[in-house]
Amino acid sequence: MTELLVGTKKGLFVLDGDPETGDPFALVTRAFPGDVVEYAMRDPRTGRYLASVTSGFYGPRLMYTDDPQGEWQQAEGPSFPEETGASLGRIWIVKSGEAEGVLYAGVDPAALFTSTDGGTSWALNDALWKEHQAGDWQPGFGGLALHSICPWPGDPARLAVGVSAAGVWTTSDAGQSWRTGFGGLVPGYLPEEARQGTNVLCVHNMHRAPLRPERLFLQFHGSVYRSDDAGDSWTDIAEGLPSGFGFPLVLDPADPDCAFVIPLTADVDRVTPRGSVRVYETRDGGAAWLERGEGLPGREAYLTVLRQAFDREGEGAGLGLYFGATSGDVFGSGNGGASWFTVHERLAPVTSVRVA
Amino acid sequence: MSASEAHGMVQPMAVINLRAPLRDRAGGQARHDFPGTSVGEVLGELERRYPPIVGWILDEQGHVRAHVNVFVNGERVREDAPLTPQDVVHVLPSISGGCDD
Repeated sequence: MTELLVGTKKGLFVLDGDPETGDPFALVTRAFPGDVVEYAMRDPRTGRYLASVTSGFYGPRLMYTDDPQGEWQQAEGPSFPEETGASLGRIWIVKSGEAEGVLYAGVDPAALFTSTDGGTSWALNDALWKEHQAGDWQPGFGGLALHSICPWPGDPARLAVGVSAAGVWTTSDAGQSWRTGFGGLVPGYLPEEARQGTNVLCVHNMHRAPLRPERLFLQFHGSVYRSDDAGDSWTDIAEGLPSGFGFPLVLDPADPDCAFVIPLTADVDRVTPRGSVRVYETRDGGAAWLERGEGLPGREAYLTVLRQAFDREGEGAGLGLYFGATSGDVFGSGNGGASWFTVHERLAPVTSVRVA
Repeated sequence: MSASEAHGMVQPMAVINLRAPLRDRAGGQARHDFPGTSVGEVLGELERRYPPIVGWILDEQGHVRAHVNVFVNGERVREDAPLTPQDVVHVLPSISGGCDD
């Protein structure tokens, strides 16, 4: 059985089902009704569920529980220290770290928080915040968001984060210092004469290939890139896609040459191209892309799939894929994208999908 | 004993009225009587006594959240508004909150 955590504009929906059958999943519970659940995940090491919840009235907070059908507790943070003058706007992502008990949270305004107690309490990463303050970071359309966090398997000191719109930042000393790498990224939304050396880089999503951790895949604002040197330089791999624009990105942990994306038409038209919902897969590092769509809506379907609304379970031959759209529809594949089924229809607009 | 109490001064007591879900995070009580000379001070006292409400009315910089309305004797105010004895404070969600949803 597979448990899905579907964050939406109107609460968290927990779904349960068997992808082998291709039948819709059952709705197990709905939590935080009326609030936006930006992101929800389960830490596989502890079984603890964590949810980023934003009330339209009472602001953002991180909640946690061991049972999503039971009571949720409010975490101590993330919150900005008084001396920063900043206030938390939104928690974009929560990610398990490599060290025991360590979790990371990426937030708006762009900052990284770390928990060493499984998500109960949080502390601001001061070094990255100083880079933020010194660098005049610019927000993207969705805000100034640290939304991608890529630990390095087996090495707790190494981490990469993606910021919209302030590029890719990496640390190799457990967050004591940070540097940015952007060779090869082309910000087509800037005048040509303004592109050289700029760090106004609208990263939409980023993931690391665990079997080859110096390799990162990146969905950018207008193209898809791959780095083979841990983020220092980037190669455009979008040729063959119907559009370079999009947000969702998933990797197959068993294959460092594999990535999946769901392109959208363009920044000015953020829907599936040609009214056809399709997932694109590469198995050769982005040299070629294969269209995957059997079972997905193929006509008159203008869906928007947001940044965190695409996830996987398992790997290799056992790879499952799941994504949700702002239409409230959730789709899944139990065979690595070869065929798809409808997991659930008519939920609220989907902000995130994670396999528990 | 507070400094004002030590000097024989009586702190003004304001009445804070809360509705759900804030009431539920403040011990289930709708009415609270707290000493304080400003809205920020009494709301800070509310947070100290009821930690589950921390961050719900004031952000981490002590400012009233954009989509929360605080009224004193019927007038909408911010955190720096002064309070006098027996002032009545209502904390309500703004009608603008969540308007883009």
